[in-house]
Amino acid sequence: MKDKVIITVVGKDTVGIIARICTYLADSKVNVLDISQTIVQDFFNMMMVVDITGANKAFGDLQRDLVKLGEEIGVEVKAQKEEIFEKMHRL
Amino acid sequence: MVNIKEVIETNKMVEEQTLDVRTITIGISLLECIDSDLDQLNKKVYKRITTVAKDLDKVAKEIERDYGIPIVNRRISVTPIALIGGSACKTPEDFVTLAHTMDAAAEAVGANLIGGYSALVSKGMTTADELLIKSIPQALSSTNRVCSSVNLASTKTGINMDAVKLMGEILLEVAEVSKDRDSVDCMKLVVFCNAPDDNPFMAGAFHGVTEADAIINVGVSGPGVVKKALEQVRGENFEVLCETIKKTAFKVTRVGQLVAQEASKRLGIPFGIIDLSLAPTPAIGDSVADILCEIGLEYAGAPGTTAALAMLNDQVKKGGVMASSYVGGLSGAFIPVSEDQGMINSVEAGAISLEKLEAMTCVCSVGLDMIAIPGDTPATTISGMVADEMALGMVNQKTTAARLIPVIGKGVGEKVEFGGLFGYAPIMPVNKYSCADFINRGGRIPAPIHSFKN
Repeated sequence: MKDKVIITVVGKDTVGIIARICTYLADSKVNVLDISQTIVQDFFNMMMVVDITGANKAFGDLQRDLVKLGEEIGVEVKAQKEEIFEKMHRL
Repeated sequence: MVNIKEVIETNKMVEEQTLDVRTITIGISLLECIDSDLDQLNKKVYKRITTVAKDLDKVAKEIERDYGIPIVNRRISVTPIALIGGSACKTPEDFVTLAHTMDAAAEAVGANLIGGYSALVSKGMTTADELLIKSIPQALSSTNRVCSSVNLASTKTGINMDAVKLMGEILLEVAEVSKDRDSVDCMKLVVFCNAPDDNPFMAGAFHGVTEADAIINVGVSGPGVVKKALEQVRGENFEVLCETIKKTAFKVTRVGQLVAQEASKRLGIPFGIIDLSLAPTPAIGDSVADILCEIGLEYAGAPGTTAALAMLNDQVKKGGVMASSYVGGLSGAFIPVSEDQGMINSVEAGAISLEKLEAMTCVCSVGLDMIAIPGDTPATTISGMVADEMALGMVNQKTTAARLIPVIGKGVGEKVEFGGLFGYAPIMPVNKYSCADFINRGGRIPAPIHSFKN
C-alpha cells in the first residue's frame, strides 16, 4: 500500500525550484510518482504526487522541511495526504 | 490519480473561500456516572470526560496537519445533565457544581465548548429538570465553556407551555447576570423544538440517551465555497443553479466525511454523523446571506428570500447526503444574525425584520439565532417569540430553535459586540403588543393531528 502525499508549489517561477525540491525528496528517500505544472493567473503552480512509504523521516518532519525550503526559494510549498483530494473529486 | 486542477481547486477552497471543518464534537454518555452522592458524581463526570476526550485536541491538530484543512473547534457534548444530576442534586446550586465540573473537564482536554447542560421537557418537567433550568443563569455566568439547551416541544408531544413561560423568565435572568458584558451569556443558551440527539453545533449540542457510550459527530462549513461557485453561474436558470449548489455541497461534505472517519479511527470512537449545515462566521466571504444575494436578492430579507433559502437548504442536503454515510444533527443552513456579516448588513439596511426571520426558519435550520433584542422586552413577550418558533417546528416536523439575546440597558439601534467568531449584532425591534394572557394560561399545547401516525 502506497502512502501518497501531494506536494504543491505556488509562487513566482524561478530557476531550480523542481531541482531543489527533488533533491530534498531524494535525500529523504521519498519516491516521486508524478509531476505536473501549470500557470494560473501568472503564478507557477506545480503538483507532485509522491510516495512516502520508504521515507526516512516522519510525515510531520517532511512537511516542516518542505515549508522551510519553500521559504528559502520564495515559493509556497504544501504537503498534504492524498485522501483529501481523492475524496473530494472522486466517487 | 487526482490532477493538478482538482488540487488547486481544493486548496483555493481552503485558502480563499474559508472552507473549514467547523467542529469535531465528541458525544459522551454520562449515564454510567450517575450517583446519589454529589461529590462522587462530580468526580466521575470529570474522570469520564477527561478520559474519553483526552486526545481530542491532539488528534484534531494531526488531522489539520495531514490534510491541510482547518478544524476550527473541538467540542464535547454530554448526556443532558438534568438526567445525570437528578439523583444527587437537591437545589439549583447543586446543579451548578456539575457545570463547574464540565467547564474544568473541557478546559483540561482543550475543548472550546461543552454542551449538555440541558433538560428535555417537551411534555413535562421533572423536579430535576426544573432545578436545572433554574440553575442556568448561575451556571452560565460562572463558567466559560458550558453551553445549555432546553427542549421545550416536539411534534410528538406538543409544546410544554409551562416550560416556555419559565424559559422566558430564565432568559432575562441570564441576560441580567451578564449585563455588564452586554448580556453575552445568552449566547450559550438555546431552546429547541424537536432537538436532535446528535447535533455537533453549539449551543444546542447534547448527547442524547438514544446514543452509544461515545460518538464522533462532525459539522462542516463552507458558505464561502458555495458563494464562489455561484459566482460562476450568474444569470443561469434554476436548474444550473441547483446543480452547482449540489455539486459544491457534495465536495464540502466529503471533507467532513474524511475528517470524521479519520477522527473516529484515531480516537477509537465510532463515527456518528455529519451535520450538513452551512454555518457562517463574521469573516468576509463566509456568509449565508451573501449566497442569498448571489442567488439574486439585493439583501437577505427581500421578497423571495424564503423561497431562495428553501431551495438553497434543499440542494445542500441533496448534494451532501450522498457524500456522507450518515447525516444527522441540524443539517440545514444557519441564519444567525450576529455571526453572518451579510445578515448584519441586512438588519442595518432595514431589509430584514424578526417576522421575516421567523418565516425563514420554516424552511431551514435552525431558528431565531443570535438575535439581539431590547433589554426591556417583557419575559412573556420573549416566551411568545419562543412559542411561535416552537409551533413552527412542531407543525412542520422539523427542528427549530431560539437563541435570543435581550441586551440589558440597550435598545433598538444600538449594537452589541460578542467578539471573535460571534461577531456583533444590531438590536432589532420586537412587536410591542402583549401576549401575557396567552403565556400565563399554563399547561401544554397538544400535539398536532398529523403526529398521530400509528
